[in-house]
Amino acid sequence: MSSTETPEATPVVDTDRDSFVAEIRARLGSAVLDSFVKPGDDIWIRLAADTWVDSVRTMRDDLGLDYFEFLSAIDWMPSPFGKGEEDPTAEPAEKDTTIRQGYAGGDTRFQVLLRLESLRGKPAVNVKVDLDDSMTIGSISSVFAGANWHEREAGEMFGITFAGHPDQRNMYLPSDFEGHPLRKDFPLLARVIKPWPGIVDVEPLPGGDEEGGDE
Amino acid sequence: MTMLGDRQQLAYIASQAADARVNVELETEGMTLNIGPQHPATHGTLRIICRLDGEQVVWAEPSCGYMHRGYEKLTEVRTFPQVTALVNRIDWLGSFANEVPFILAAEKLMGIEAPPRAQVIRTILFELSRIANVGLFLGDLGVQLGAVTPVFLAFRDREYVLNLIESATGGRFHPNFDRIGGLKDDLPAGWIEETRAVMKKLQGFCDQMEDLLFGNEIFLARTKGIGIIPRDVAMQYGLSGANLRASGIDHDLRRDTSLPMAWNKADWKVWTHTDGDAFARCWVRLQETRESCKIVEQLLDVIPSGPIMTKVPKIIKVPEGEAWVATENPLGEMGYYVVSKGDLGPFRVKIRSASFNNMSVTPWLLKGVYVPDVITILASLYFILGDLDR
Repeated sequence: MSSTETPEATPVVDTDRDSFVAEIRARLGSAVLDSFVKPGDDIWIRLAADTWVDSVRTMRDDLGLDYFEFLSAIDWMPSPFGKGEEDPTAEPAEKDTTIRQGYAGGDTRFQVLLRLESLRGKPAVNVKVDLDDSMTIGSISSVFAGANWHEREAGEMFGITFAGHPDQRNMYLPSDFEGHPLRKDFPLLARVIKPWPGIVDVEPLPGGDEEGGDE
Repeated sequence: MTMLGDRQQLAYIASQAADARVNVELETEGMTLNIGPQHPATHGTLRIICRLDGEQVVWAEPSCGYMHRGYEKLTEVRTFPQVTALVNRIDWLGSFANEVPFILAAEKLMGIEAPPRAQVIRTILFELSRIANVGLFLGDLGVQLGAVTPVFLAFRDREYVLNLIESATGGRFHPNFDRIGGLKDDLPAGWIEETRAVMKKLQGFCDQMEDLLFGNEIFLARTKGIGIIPRDVAMQYGLSGANLRASGIDHDLRRDTSLPMAWNKADWKVWTHTDGDAFARCWVRLQETRESCKIVEQLLDVIPSGPIMTKVPKIIKVPEGEAWVATENPLGEMGYYVVSKGDLGPFRVKIRSASFNNMSVTPWLLKGVYVPDVITILASLYFILGDLDR
């Protein structure tokens, strides 16, 4: 690292990606709420929810993003449970509960994340869209047939309704399952029932001093 | 115009009515055939519900989730170095290949790169997992189509590769060897010579498979023209790996992306096929196993000297950011979308596994095929349940 004097290979300005973002903005107009380019890496754009399906169709047909990579969602709320690794004997630390969205910003706790690639030499794009409290968004399974399963999975894991989805049943969970496991406020029961055994050195020794015991 | 007598007319109506009744009886519901969850052709526990009309499938729906382990949730309570132990178990036949894209994503967020020696060794181990994985596919394919010999040969020759992986990493199935910033250990003495000998053997295995299967009339009859995936369908569903290349799309992440790995140091070829049927998918995989052997052979000659770990802090905190890294795994494109909040562990990891996309095409693909072809198509799509359910 310090032995080599060569500068970082990552270019500071990424003309390919910058011009592609400009092309997307020109084509989609006000549907693009925000964009972010990490030079030499990737593009993030955030689209308006009401024209979501049409925007994705335009990106497929007119912008050359013809390969469907994946669709999922992100819950930006910090987990109220932590990692289950805190010292059970110590005072619970103040938890940061502010919701901070990632690249390309956002206004809501939940965002749908879609990645499209191009087999025609265009740069790949990570697309985000905000989900309001109705937790409903249009289904893009009419645009990319492969989104069908991805939307079913994201739907059950985050509690999202994809309007216009042909058959939004649960993919993995039993149909009578309550809750949405990938939401941050859904506890990971294994960690709630029993603290992570990795913190064993803060537990009192059996028969040792009883003061530090939490039970 | 011939006039029908009353009697004749009544008889005619009665016969028509009888025909109609029979037809109604034949066309009601059809039959529902349940395949799995313990069927050997499902490589684990996948259940496929088919509705049949005679011998033809009119509707099919895979029912997943028997193997779902919730890795995306579990990664949120792990530190970055701990995650490799989890993702190892996604595609359990090519475990090392699962670790690489996650580690690369973490390295990308941290802005570090493994030293050249580690990059080459990573690539070699990556390709060895591919040979172990796809080699077993070739044998498994045979046994699912009724040929028993190939599977014995495949298990025998996969053992050589697993032994190599074990002697280098300490783990036969779950190496857990890749580290942020490099590798856990250097190669053991004599490993390079041993690997060279095994690669010779494995190329012999590929030739043997080609003779046994790809020249076999029964095999040809059962795979040619079965389960054709056209180009645009493959792209719509996001198929990847050999399934994509067998549909005539020349796309291989090893060649098309610039990852800090060593594939560009070897001379090899991306094979494609234009047919898009089960035969094409199997054929492309056979050629890929050969190419992998070639890549490993060439890389063994160019392993540079130097360290295998770059300098990383003892306690790894990954800076805030988002990163996507995908590699061309044995089953297809596997990628991780990692969101970090500058913490010890990831904030969110989306695991994009190849089998999930590859299998999502089955409801479309199985429509209208005959029952025995269901097995051929599932075998040729090649999925691993751990990779499908994560």
